[in-house]
Amino acid sequence: MTLFQLAVMASAAFLFGRLMGTEYRRWGLFGASVVILFWLQPATPLRYADFWLPVLLLLIAVLCWVVARKEAPWKRGEDRLTLAVLFAFIAALGLPRLLHISWQLTASRPPAMTSILAALTITALLVLLLPRLGSARAKNTALTFLLLGTFLTLKTEFLATIAAGLARRLTGQSFNLAAPADLNWIGFSYISFRLLHTLRDSLSGRLPDMSLRDTVTYIFFFPAVLAGPIDRAERFLGDLQRSEVLKPEEVLEGGRRIALGVFKKYILASLLGLISLQPQLLGQVDSALWLWLLVYAYAFQLFLDFSGYTDVAVGMGMLTGIQMPENFNQPYRQVNLTAFWNSWHITLSQWFRAYFFNPVTRSLRRKRSVPAWGIILIGQAGTMILIGLWHGVSWNFLIWGGWHAFGLFVHNRWTAFRRSHNLDFLPKPESAMSRLFGILLTFHFVSMGWLWFALESPQLAWETLLRMVGM
Amino acid sequence: MAAIDWRFVRNVLLKALLLFAVLNLLFALGNPLPWIGRISGYNILFPGRLRLPYGDDPAQSYNLTLTQMDAMFASHEIGAASDDEFRVFLLGDSAIWGFLQPAEGTLTEQLNRLGLTAADGRPVRFYNFGYPTMSWLKDVLLLERAMGFEPDLILWFVTLESGTEIKQLDAPLLQYNATAARALIERYELDQDSADERLIDLTFWEQTIVGQRKLLADLIRHQVYGALWEATGVDQYLPDSYTERMEDLPADNTFQDLGPEDWRDDGYAFDVLSAGFAIAGEIPVVLINEPMFISTGENSDIRYNFYYPRWVYDDYRSALNDQCMDEGWSCVDIWDLLPGEVFTDSAIHYTPEGARMIAEDLLPWIEPYIQSVR
Repeated sequence: MTLFQLAVMASAAFLFGRLMGTEYRRWGLFGASVVILFWLQPATPLRYADFWLPVLLLLIAVLCWVVARKEAPWKRGEDRLTLAVLFAFIAALGLPRLLHISWQLTASRPPAMTSILAALTITALLVLLLPRLGSARAKNTALTFLLLGTFLTLKTEFLATIAAGLARRLTGQSFNLAAPADLNWIGFSYISFRLLHTLRDSLSGRLPDMSLRDTVTYIFFFPAVLAGPIDRAERFLGDLQRSEVLKPEEVLEGGRRIALGVFKKYILASLLGLISLQPQLLGQVDSALWLWLLVYAYAFQLFLDFSGYTDVAVGMGMLTGIQMPENFNQPYRQVNLTAFWNSWHITLSQWFRAYFFNPVTRSLRRKRSVPAWGIILIGQAGTMILIGLWHGVSWNFLIWGGWHAFGLFVHNRWTAFRRSHNLDFLPKPESAMSRLFGILLTFHFVSMGWLWFALESPQLAWETLLRMVGM
Repeated sequence: MAAIDWRFVRNVLLKALLLFAVLNLLFALGNPLPWIGRISGYNILFPGRLRLPYGDDPAQSYNLTLTQMDAMFASHEIGAASDDEFRVFLLGDSAIWGFLQPAEGTLTEQLNRLGLTAADGRPVRFYNFGYPTMSWLKDVLLLERAMGFEPDLILWFVTLESGTEIKQLDAPLLQYNATAARALIERYELDQDSADERLIDLTFWEQTIVGQRKLLADLIRHQVYGALWEATGVDQYLPDSYTERMEDLPADNTFQDLGPEDWRDDGYAFDVLSAGFAIAGEIPVVLINEPMFISTGENSDIRYNFYYPRWVYDDYRSALNDQCMDEGWSCVDIWDLLPGEVFTDSAIHYTPEGARMIAEDLLPWIEPYIQSVR
């Protein structure tokens, strides 16, 4: 996101915030979120990808909404209007090509109108037919697998290359030149998790009744479309339906968060990025001390970049009157790894806790044959490895997830051991010395874990780790 | 806490805007860039650079091209030089700066490796003030600034490509230091147009913080790269392979788009060399016609190399020699010193081995100066 894009989005957020209490605000946020989705999607070597990737996301979101609803989708006038507006907008995006207009919203020329209308017709038919087909659970599961399959494909280099090659065939491009970068799908990691949340919560009955307009706004809410936070639908809807006018304090705080985020992401993180972990640099640095400094620089670069982005997103949300959840809470000042994961990328951790850790541990507890420590081990290892693979299906992310799973398990066992044994000779956990030791230990464990995250191969990460400890 | 109303928000925004405008205005009026450029961690937090900052690919060379002279000199090792030494400054183009040579492989460092001592017992220390663009006036600009660091001897490496009248203002370093360039042109009555459009005059808005944001960001990046300079000793990306200098040459008889019939005798910028000697004043200057690659390939009967047809280079050498004689300058011509195999990607860039050969060859020319001090 460029500073210009950020300024435009912040201005739009402020404008819609000022419309609080009117129907215009919700329509405005819906419209802005859809428009900005196309505006942010960059062109890729795959022809028309900058058009079709956002369109596909929108159409999948519509289908998810249809499946998640308890009643027929066309019953409410507002939903019919939203669908018509959405389809008309997508069709209008193709007009520059049809009417030979030089300006376009998408990064490159849109595809032919016939293919756009064909896609919209198929989606319209699906919207009409889906409520009549199969059970709600079956449709929900099918869409869940579609999203997970797409996610897995995009995150696996081999599968992404094949998918890009097949897409290239459709656009008449060479299969052999396919690369994962062809499918640079903006915000997919976050958008798909919001979609999965709506699907799973609709099955369990926790999802509130949401109109198509509010669902699209929630899924593609423009301040959070690129990198979260991953909000929960019921919480988001509460803020979206808020009728109370925006307070001046909220505007000031929103502005402060945006300014802080810009400073963290575009200045501090950018500067640290110059000196943080890079394979080429590792080969040129001789001393272990410098290796440690490079790792520290990377640790803070990552934090400042991501938390800076979150500050901007939360700040923009405040300007629109929507208080998004926080993603970070001083993670490098936490006294143990469990506390770290409660304060680092909080919304992602909570998502995995809600949809993986809790169901798995509940299921294991019912079996009774698995000991308590085994339940913890399986639950934590599974969660952390999935969080690792969420970043990309590779050995590096797998090991990074495993590294944290190991750390969390050790901490869990240590805490249990300490509770059950008399260890009076050790400083009390709440003492300043214990806390300082815990903070330093946690920070260094996390920092060493970043080696697997940042470097291109597990071997390089391992060699660097050995060099850092003088081996 | 008192309740905040929209008037308060409006006032905060207005004050912020006003403060931003005033700061920009003061910045443009006060021009604090020279002062900012001198704020440097080099020679304090990390070692000074062995050569002036220049980098085509900052991410790989941990170095970037700056045009702000104060920052350039503040990051140079000369800032931490000992008072008790015999200082020799090297001026010249990318060959002297050390293109495709590691920092410790440049001619300057090869000369330092000779471990010379002056007659008065002071160690002789060579400093690299070469810079990778081809213009004698650019050398003079750097010399004028470097004189503040009190050299005892100046070795000025020149070649024809840098020495034609039409090329003098092509160097971006001069263009972005238009005031200093104009002052040189006017003070030494050089045959250059001080109103030349290549010299860049910033508008008022371009002098504000917003207008100078890229330079300000570069100054900060330059400081951050200082840490990597210390960590790696790398200040230039050295690729594993590169396109080698041309052995076979085109059948083209022109130089800088001019044929022998178009060439004017006053096409050489010898007045710029005179300005350099005037700036050096009492400090001795040795003018060295630097080595170049001499092709033996196709069309080598017409051209010496990619840069020079034979007719113009022979004429230049003769003219330079006459100029040296007329002005009483100390000149050394080592144009054909190096064998072809030591040249790298161009006719003037050589390997560290080539630099070592030049250093040894120059020794007899340097020694009289360092042995004559008492």
